[in-house]
Amino acid sequence: MDKHIVVPGDFLSDDVKKAGDGTYVSEGKVYSNLYGLASEKEKIRVVSLSGKYIPQGGDLIVATVSEITFSNWIMDIKSPYEGLLNVSEYPRRIDSSDMVKYLDVGSSVLVMVKNVSRSMKVELTMRNNRLKPITSGRIVQVSAVKVPRMIGRGGSMISMLKKETNCNIAVGQNGVIWITGKDRDMDKAVEAIQIIENEAHINGLTDRISGFLKGDVEKEPETAKPAGSEILDELLD
Amino acid sequence: MADKPEKFIDENGIRSDGRRANEIRDVKIEVGVLSRADGSCYLEFGKNKVMAAVYGPREVHPRHQQKSNRAIVRYKYNMASFSVEDRKRPGPDRRSIEVSKVSREALEDQIFTEYFPKSAIDVFVEVLQADAGTRTAALNAASVALADAGIPMRSLVSACAVGKVDDTLVLDLNKDEDNYGQADMPIAMTPDGKITLLQMDGHLTQEEFKQGLEMAQEGCRQVYEMQRKALMDYYSKKTEVLSTEVTAAEDVKGDAPEEPEDVTQVEVLEDTEDTKKIDDTNETGDTRETEGTKETGDTEETEDTVKAGDVEELEDSGEEVPDTGENADETDGQMDESEEEISNE
Repeated sequence: MDKHIVVPGDFLSDDVKKAGDGTYVSEGKVYSNLYGLASEKEKIRVVSLSGKYIPQGGDLIVATVSEITFSNWIMDIKSPYEGLLNVSEYPRRIDSSDMVKYLDVGSSVLVMVKNVSRSMKVELTMRNNRLKPITSGRIVQVSAVKVPRMIGRGGSMISMLKKETNCNIAVGQNGVIWITGKDRDMDKAVEAIQIIENEAHINGLTDRISGFLKGDVEKEPETAKPAGSEILDELLD
Repeated sequence: MADKPEKFIDENGIRSDGRRANEIRDVKIEVGVLSRADGSCYLEFGKNKVMAAVYGPREVHPRHQQKSNRAIVRYKYNMASFSVEDRKRPGPDRRSIEVSKVSREALEDQIFTEYFPKSAIDVFVEVLQADAGTRTAALNAASVALADAGIPMRSLVSACAVGKVDDTLVLDLNKDEDNYGQADMPIAMTPDGKITLLQMDGHLTQEEFKQGLEMAQEGCRQVYEMQRKALMDYYSKKTEVLSTEVTAAEDVKGDAPEEPEDVTQVEVLEDTEDTKKIDDTNETGDTRETEGTKETGDTEETEDTVKAGDVEELEDSGEEVPDTGENADETDGQMDESEEEISNE
C-alpha cells in the first residue's frame, strides 16, 4: 500500500494486530488518531506533520540550562516537559556549590535521557563519554517530527550533509541540531537543514539536498542566498 | 439591525438568503494560517469569520491546574469588539464563558489527553465577524486547528445548528432567523454520529427535535467533508509547490564537483581548545590518505586520543571540559545507528 494522507478518525484496517504508531483501536477496528501520512508495512503507522517532542529513555538530545537548584540543573529540552540533570550525572564529581562553574544558565549540553517516569519526570544524564557541554559551533532548532528525515534512512542524510559541508553535525531527538565547522560551511549546513525541514515530507529529499549542496560549492560562497534559491535558479534557466 | 421580517420562508420554500430549508451556508476553510501557533485554521461559515489557534501540548501555568495523569484542555472563545453591529464590550462575559465551557467539553473527549500527562492544550478561537452560529463555526475551526497541531484525536468534530422559523425546521440559521426564530439548536458531532455538544434555545416538539437532529446530522456530515478536504488540500498544496523543484534538483545532481581539498577536519576543530593531539593526527591522516578513507581514518585514530585526553583533562584541571567536533561526530554516528563507517567506504 502506498502512503496516503489521513485525518484523525479515518478507518485504516479491520486487523487489530496491524495497529502501529499514530493509530487507535475501537471496537475491533483500527483508526488514525493523527493528521498525517499513513503507511503500511507489518503494521500501519501514521506519521504526523507536526507535534511536540515527547522524551523517551535513551534519546540523545541537546538541552539548555534554564535554572539551577541545589543539586539539579533544570533544562529546557524543547518539550512540554523539563529535563532534570542531577549533579551526580555529571561526568565527574562536583560540589553542588560549584555547579554554576560547569554549567551556567544558558549553557547547552549534549545529554541523554536516562529515564522518563509515568508522571513525566525527565531524568537526564551526561555519564557517557560522548556527552559534553557545547562550547563552540551553532545550534539550530527544527520540529521534532522532522528528526527522522534529518538523519535519513540508516543515517544517509546526515552523513551526506556532514561530508558535503565539512561540518560536524549532531542531531538531537528533540529537534535541536548542533553544528560545528567553519562559518561559511555552517551557513551552508544551516541552509540545507532549513530545506530539509520545509520539504521533509517530499520524496527524493536526500538527492535534492545533495544536489543543492554540490551545486552550491561551485558558486561564490560569499553570496548568501535564501534556502532553496539554487534550485529555483535552475528552474528559471 | 434589521427588524423582524414578515416571512422567513417564501412560498417557494426559499429563505431570506436564498437557501432552502436543509442547506448550510458556504464554508471556506484554510489550514495553517498562523506561523507562530502549533496549529491554526481560518474558517468562514456564511458571514461568520473565525480564527482558531492551538498551542500545545505545553507546560501548564498556573501549575495547580495540571493533572498528573492527563493533559488539560483549555478553550477560549472570544468575540472581537468589532465582530457585531453594535460594538461589543471586549473581554469575557457570561455568554462567552459558557460557550467556551461547552465547546471545550465537545472537543476534550475526542482528544487523547492521556498521552500528555501534566501538560495543557490551549485552543483559542477569535470571532472576527459574527452572523449567528459562531459557536459551531468556532468548533469547526478549532477541530481542524487541533489536527493541524498534530494532536492525537479519536476523530474530528463537526458542528452545525438547526432551528425553527415560521413553524418550519431549517438548517444552519442566519442572523435574522436566529434573532427572531422560534428555536435554535446547535449540535456538534463526530463523523460516526456521536454527539459531543447539544444546546437548545426555544421550543421544539419531540417530533421536531428528532427531525432536527437528523437534519443537523446531514449538515455536520457536509461540514466534515469540507474540514477533511481542507486538511487534504493543505498537505497536497505543500507537496505540489515543491514537486517542481524535485525535477530541477535532479538536473543538478549530475555535475557534482570535487570536494575542495584544502578544507580539512583540522579546520573544523580550530576553535576548540583541547584538540592539539587530534589536530596532529588529522593533519597526517589527511595528507596521507585518500578522500574516501579520510573520515573513517580520522574517527578511528582520534577516538582513543580523545577519550584518553578527556579523562586526563577532567582529572587535572577540572575546569575545561574538552569539546571536540570529532566527538560530536562520533555521537551522531551512534544516533543514526553507526551507519557512518559503511557509508564512507
